[in-house]
Amino acid sequence: MSTARAAAILLGKELRLEFRTRELLNATIVFAIVVEVLFSFAFNPTPAESRHYGPGLLWIAFLFSASLMLHPSFAREQSNDTLDALRMAPVSSFSILLGKMLANFVFLTLAEVVLVPVFAVLYDVSLAGIVGRLVLVLVLGTIGVIVTGTVFSAISAHARMRELLLPLLMLPILAPLLIAAVESTSALFSQQPYLDQTWVAFLAGFDVVFFTASWLLCDFLMEE
Amino acid sequence: MDQVMTGPSAMSLPKSASSADAAASAGLGVCYEKVEKRFGSLAALRSVSFDIAPGEFVALLGHNGAGKTTLLRITASLMSPTSGRIRFPSLANGASPKSFIGMVGHSTLLYDELTAAENLSLFGQLYGLAGIPGRVERGLAACGLASRAGSIVRNFSRGMRQRLAIARALLHGPRLLLLDEPAAGLDRQGAAWFADTLARLRETGATIIMSTHARNESLDLATRAVSLNAGRVERDSGSGGDPRPILEALRAEA
Repeated sequence: MSTARAAAILLGKELRLEFRTRELLNATIVFAIVVEVLFSFAFNPTPAESRHYGPGLLWIAFLFSASLMLHPSFAREQSNDTLDALRMAPVSSFSILLGKMLANFVFLTLAEVVLVPVFAVLYDVSLAGIVGRLVLVLVLGTIGVIVTGTVFSAISAHARMRELLLPLLMLPILAPLLIAAVESTSALFSQQPYLDQTWVAFLAGFDVVFFTASWLLCDFLMEE
Repeated sequence: MDQVMTGPSAMSLPKSASSADAAASAGLGVCYEKVEKRFGSLAALRSVSFDIAPGEFVALLGHNGAGKTTLLRITASLMSPTSGRIRFPSLANGASPKSFIGMVGHSTLLYDELTAAENLSLFGQLYGLAGIPGRVERGLAACGLASRAGSIVRNFSRGMRQRLAIARALLHGPRLLLLDEPAAGLDRQGAAWFADTLARLRETGATIIMSTHARNESLDLATRAVSLNAGRVERDSGSGGDPRPILEALRAEA
């Protein structure tokens, strides 16, 4: 069976599981909205300050959301050892990882669809005229967060302190991506919005490097 | 609870995955060659070497910690041996044995939030099976869960989950079935269904390795007994040998 076909089957399974319980999405979205609201209260930013600090706050909210969302990705396969069942099936290790990545990408994107408009209202940031370019930055940033986070979710799933371990492993590695995503978003939120191609290229490069690394290391990651 | 089907009307064992058809005419033989497994300083398996011929029903015996589960997990490709190797002689060089192996383990390997039918269907898709709805229907009917096809597994009793776990392991018509304490949680009716299913699976020529540390009625079907102790093969009735002395010793210990 092709990797794409197996990953699509596993994506369907992940979506079915999540939309049946909605535990992960509901908790993550509510948490991220609370973070945005608290930041708004704490800083009470003017429009100029929002343009300056807003992108950082927005991406930190995304990272916190991802950190919450990614932990159960592999951990919830442990209750009945269902990961063993997947590993015994005649599908590649990478298809299992890719299925998880695709599902996590869908979940974080759905969270962002809610969080970005809330952010725009709370921080008085106009999205008019930049939606297409903002989507490009969000997609590239989200792919980097998800690819890296899913790999670390697999690594930390067997650890005793896995809830702590995932953000401890993931967040430092994502620092370069955070900088690039914030810089790209800042350029779009400026008074003369533009697409900063250098940072966007960095985001794309980060995605390619970590996606390739996950493909190369997937057998090791799935090994018991 | 539904009646589990036993006797001639029970589960018609599913045909193998399309990719497995080449080897579907016989069970899968296994050769263990000096297999060792260490977890840090603990040696779970020590130089385990024996061959299992296609179609054998091997009772893998031993106390807790003897290495039975480790040996089964290595056979299922869930673990790599620290040294030594496992071969499947009837498979072409480089072919993955995964399509031909089914396993029932300590855990059910089922998703609690999916329905019984969704669980079987998911694994049917992953094994690339044809005619999945029919297979799922037959599998559920055979294990007595046809009327609970749309029920979430989380709401099942332990015995129902175990029957569904067995149906899942048999869905792709494995040529090598690995059973790790498979009767745990089954009531008398479920155990009778399971013994009947194993008997018919054996008739198809499938190889079966069943690990247990307790006497159960399915053991009477065994054609060979291998006893492990502290990671080593302690006793082996051998291919074509009489497993009864080893099984009687187990009965006496129990």
